[in-house]
Amino acid sequence: MTDMAAVRPLLPVELEKAVSRSRSGKIRIAAKNKSRLAVNLLIAVLLILTAAAFLTFDYQNIDFAEAVLETLHNIKTVFLEPELSRDTVGGVLYQLLVTFCLGTLSTILGAVLAFFCSLLCARNLAGPVSVNVVKSIIAVVRAVPTVLWVLIFAVSAGLGSVAAVVGLTFHSFAYLTKAYAESIEEIDPGVIEALKANGANYWQIVCQAVVPAAITSMVAWTFMRFEINFANAVAMGAAAGAGGIGFNLFMAGSFYFDLHEMGMLTYIVVIAVVILEAISTKIKAKVK
Amino acid sequence: MEKNADIFRRRKLIYTAVFLAVIVIFAATSWVTEFSLVKGAASFPDAAAWIAENLIPDQEALERLPRILDRLLETALLSVAVTVVAAVFAFFFSLLGSGITRINGVVKRLVRIVAAFFRNVPDVVWAMLLMFSFGQNILTGFFALFFTTFGLLTRAFIETVDEVSASCVEALEATGANFIQLVFQGIIPSSLAGITTWVLYMIETNIRSSTLIGILTATGIGYLFDLYYKRLDFSSASLVILSIVVLVLVIETASNRIRKVVLS
Repeated sequence: MTDMAAVRPLLPVELEKAVSRSRSGKIRIAAKNKSRLAVNLLIAVLLILTAAAFLTFDYQNIDFAEAVLETLHNIKTVFLEPELSRDTVGGVLYQLLVTFCLGTLSTILGAVLAFFCSLLCARNLAGPVSVNVVKSIIAVVRAVPTVLWVLIFAVSAGLGSVAAVVGLTFHSFAYLTKAYAESIEEIDPGVIEALKANGANYWQIVCQAVVPAAITSMVAWTFMRFEINFANAVAMGAAAGAGGIGFNLFMAGSFYFDLHEMGMLTYIVVIAVVILEAISTKIKAKVK
Repeated sequence: MEKNADIFRRRKLIYTAVFLAVIVIFAATSWVTEFSLVKGAASFPDAAAWIAENLIPDQEALERLPRILDRLLETALLSVAVTVVAAVFAFFFSLLGSGITRINGVVKRLVRIVAAFFRNVPDVVWAMLLMFSFGQNILTGFFALFFTTFGLLTRAFIETVDEVSASCVEALEATGANFIQLVFQGIIPSSLAGITTWVLYMIETNIRSSTLIGILTATGIGYLFDLYYKRLDFSSASLVILSIVVLVLVIETASNRIRKVVLS
């Protein structure tokens, strides 16, 4: 250290205390803080887990190169040679409408339930007991994958739109409750305080302070959820027989093995999603 | 005063209109899908009773616990591996699509279109497509999740990089840094916290999605659930659900903790 100090000029004593030097005497410039450490640690853990995953997977001696080539060939068939042979265009568009309606229904139901529930678990409106109880329930509901909710309800309600909508609603409800509660918690506490000081009752506070202040982000969350619900409705049609275009996809892919048909259906879904995204962006901008 | 009253009246009018519109949309969509609110509400008590009766793991189900946990671990590792690999690819891809690296306008456009494509093609399509070539293999699930995760993370990373690194990159450019220095000294350090929170979120999401893909492609924990469900062995199926719930809750709690430290 001493000969290094001869090469590099030392800072005044009080400044020297504040800097940290590497072994060669260079001043360290990267900030040494908890956040940085946590990120580095997290990356290390994730990389180790990834390595562990690839080492422990059961690959069943698959011929990887052949499978990849076949996949590429299939991708080419699906996306470059789409063709409807089994369904008519009208029929497919009707199924698309069904999927759209499933997504819309579950979003509306989920949003209405979530609105009332979020009032019970926003820290600035509800007591700590209510917040903790509702938040725990929500966390458990959200942890169950949507497809399992649909299948659970399919046992009692039968496969079909009722099970699909109720199953989809469950997950959106939990998701939106959390999102709405966060939007409500962000509003200016002064507004609520002012209304309270005026002697406003609970519903007056909700309608005149909470809703107007949080409506922008609530609408944004709802439309974001609607996009997710549309995608989920497609998936539920395929995995849980819930009807709609997802079921057509499932039949084309897993029953008739018709890749051309699958390609066309995929394109229709993608176009629909892009249009929905554009519309919801427009509406979100308007609410602002 | 006049003006204020007007604002309130307008607000009331808008709220009423939106409320009515929602009811009309609700009725129309119910009609198309043959959904009835009454039936849906009525299925609640039935389902609750059924859950209380059947979805309780019994002795027989507990004997299957080791097998379930084995598959659960596989699913968890799969989600992590998919997310990490997709994140690495998505990060370098997002550099091409980011506004601040200013590589090329056409490339930027192209990257965004490719990302949108991968994001919007449903994962069930990838799953079924890969089933043909990879069969009932864990790689089917891996690639099916990979494509959608890649699309989603690319968009997320583009936004993160654009948002966080702009001033930092400007400063580095002023000192005459080249592209590599820009990426490793500017963009990566400044956007790393945002990137890790997205990665954590995707790991959570992928565990849920892998259940769905497992049902479709007969792999992982989804297959196990499907197997018990179709055999009407609901107590074992419920144990699968419970194990997924516990896994997701553990990961959620862990990632919330990490997020707090990282963003502090």
